[in-house]
Amino acid sequence: MRELFPAKQVMGFIFSLVLTAIALSVYFTDMSFQVGMTILLITAFIQAALQLVFFMHAGESQDKNAIYTGIYYGIAIALVTVFGTLLTLIWGYM
Amino acid sequence: MEFFERFAIPNASPLIYASMVAIGLTVVAIVIGLTYFKKWGYLWKEWLTTVDHKRIGIMYIISALLMLFRGGVDAVMMRLQTAVPDNSFLDAQHYNEVFTTHGVVMIMFMAMAFIIGMMNFVVPLQIGARDVAFPRLNAISFWLYFTGAMLFNISFVIGGSPDAGWTNYFPLAGTDFSETVGINYYMWALQISGIGTLMTGINFIVTIIKMRAPGMKLMKMPMFTWASLITNAIIVFAFPVLTIALLMGTFDRQFGTHFFASTNGGMDMLWANLFWVWGHPEVYILILPAFGVYSEVISTFSGRNLYGYKSMVASMVLISFMSFLVWVHHFFTMGHGALVNGIFSITTMAIAVPTGIKIFNWLLTMWKGKIRFTVPMLYSVGFIPLFTIGGVTGVMLAIASADYQYHNTMFLVAHFHNVIIPGVVFAMLAGLTYWWPKMFGFMLNERIGKWGFWFLSIGFCLAFFPMYITGLDGQARRMYTYSAETGFGPLNMVSFIGAGLMAIAFILIVYNVYYSFRHSPRNVGQDPWNARSLEWATPNPVPHYNFAVDPVVNSSEAFWDAKKNGHVLFPEKIKKIHMPNNSGLPIILAGFFFIFGFSFVFSIWVGVIIAALGIIGCLAYRSFEKDPGHYISREEILETEKKLGGASNEN
Repeated sequence: MRELFPAKQVMGFIFSLVLTAIALSVYFTDMSFQVGMTILLITAFIQAALQLVFFMHAGESQDKNAIYTGIYYGIAIALVTVFGTLLTLIWGYM
Repeated sequence: MEFFERFAIPNASPLIYASMVAIGLTVVAIVIGLTYFKKWGYLWKEWLTTVDHKRIGIMYIISALLMLFRGGVDAVMMRLQTAVPDNSFLDAQHYNEVFTTHGVVMIMFMAMAFIIGMMNFVVPLQIGARDVAFPRLNAISFWLYFTGAMLFNISFVIGGSPDAGWTNYFPLAGTDFSETVGINYYMWALQISGIGTLMTGINFIVTIIKMRAPGMKLMKMPMFTWASLITNAIIVFAFPVLTIALLMGTFDRQFGTHFFASTNGGMDMLWANLFWVWGHPEVYILILPAFGVYSEVISTFSGRNLYGYKSMVASMVLISFMSFLVWVHHFFTMGHGALVNGIFSITTMAIAVPTGIKIFNWLLTMWKGKIRFTVPMLYSVGFIPLFTIGGVTGVMLAIASADYQYHNTMFLVAHFHNVIIPGVVFAMLAGLTYWWPKMFGFMLNERIGKWGFWFLSIGFCLAFFPMYITGLDGQARRMYTYSAETGFGPLNMVSFIGAGLMAIAFILIVYNVYYSFRHSPRNVGQDPWNARSLEWATPNPVPHYNFAVDPVVNSSEAFWDAKKNGHVLFPEKIKKIHMPNNSGLPIILAGFFFIFGFSFVFSIWVGVIIAALGIIGCLAYRSFEKDPGHYISREEILETEKKLGGASNEN
């Protein structure tokens, strides 16, 4: 039975529900913009990683390395774009 | 009648009416011609519904040549207008439309189509595959590109062309300053063809990663395949930015949002920023496949293997990453501080280093080689000094403080034409000539080809080098006329003469196709260039299943090894081959996309909804469609191979 029961996925599912609940609490509780935004950002990134690993099966196939290389490269480009834009359009003027 | 008023051209001129008539007559002539020669069935069965990567590649290249004609006519019109001071051939508005169209057509619909066409034709052959990973998707990519191109090209006769430059900066491109539908055309034409390009990117990454012949490790791929892999990786990471920027622009123009407005919390510079976050990687999307072509051609015609294979690959990987770190150099003068400009100035200069490594590698490949000056090799040899001049002026532009002098002048125009024409156009003409026998089974005439090369090169130098001087003297780009006192007149006349020579070169290149089709011998054999990489192991022209037997490879020059070192390319016997079926769905889907885009441009919501339902219908049909493909029998393969004299006919 142990092999048949997808314990990992069920745990992942429960964890993602918890993360959603935490994110939703930002809307219902009274907190400052900064705190709320921080919570949202952190839960969002954990959630995305969770989905990739547990439900989109990154790392379970043979081309694991290619998949992770692609993801890391994508993250690097995204970070460069976002922070580069912030630098160019906002911080660069201070 | 009120409904039709929206299709009127806001700035009509006799030239536009003449083109309208010409377009009408051409369409009628094509329809009559196809009907008279009873070619509709052939066209539909063999070309419009094809999923064969070679035919899709050829259709891309034909479209690219048509777009080269369109963009080239625009270029000659601009040079004619500025050839003498105070000229009145075009008015200011028409000139704006012409340079905008020239830029968009040349980059998005000529250069992109040419490189994707070349990748389509060559990459599966170079890696020993029978087609790309997703042949149907490949057909959809082509038809979406074609839809975008056609949508863009009808703009000047229906509703008016975009006129805010190919960079389309907001707030100029917003509804406050551009009231006509021109910019909507820009948004939707690029959006639709951009979707096609993105799918091509995914398709080719999967093809190259998954479908290489046995024995072809990553570091044993031919250099053009490496260049294509890296290019497609850049496409996948860069194009989503364009998609989103275009979507935001569309919302601004058609739904009243304020992303790129200067009021209500919008930021007009955000467009320029996003545009170049995509736009600079785009430059390397164009140039890397060109580098791949040069690597193949130079190695073949020097009779030597490529010098510094590993450093070639490493420098391309480095370029692909660094191409995402330099975009701000397109707007140094927008007013950010010294820190921002300093950072991007340094990254820009740094990217010249891997490019320089490649130049030295090509020179060292030729070093002590036995060089044959064929047409492809002439283009490659011409490319090296001309491109280097473009690169050096690029480093000049990279110096942020000096850029305040150069920016928005003809100096910049000279610079980027100086890298794109010897870089991309020369490479594509070299590649086209080089792979022509592979595509059609006969050679292009060398003598006419050489005339074409010299007209193009000399015309190029005459057209663009004077711009460096007038640019430094202060001639602004996109300025439709100037007074005689500025003294720009004589040099601009030289530019016009250069443009004329380039136009003659284009005519020669097209004439060469006609002449060679009539007169070239058809028995060119398998290996007319004494080439090196795997694509030459197939007969000319290539049968539609490519390789009768899966090749086995042990180096990046498998065909050379087979010729000289006794490597056995085809160890197995001929078996039946599984191939994908043709499908009319891609072109129908693209037709719906055309209606969708056109209706959206004019905000005809009924059309948008109907077309959207059609698109969803096509996708749904595909989901339930059973398409098992078909088999080519062993007997049929043997017969084809015997007729074409294929390498493996003895099996």
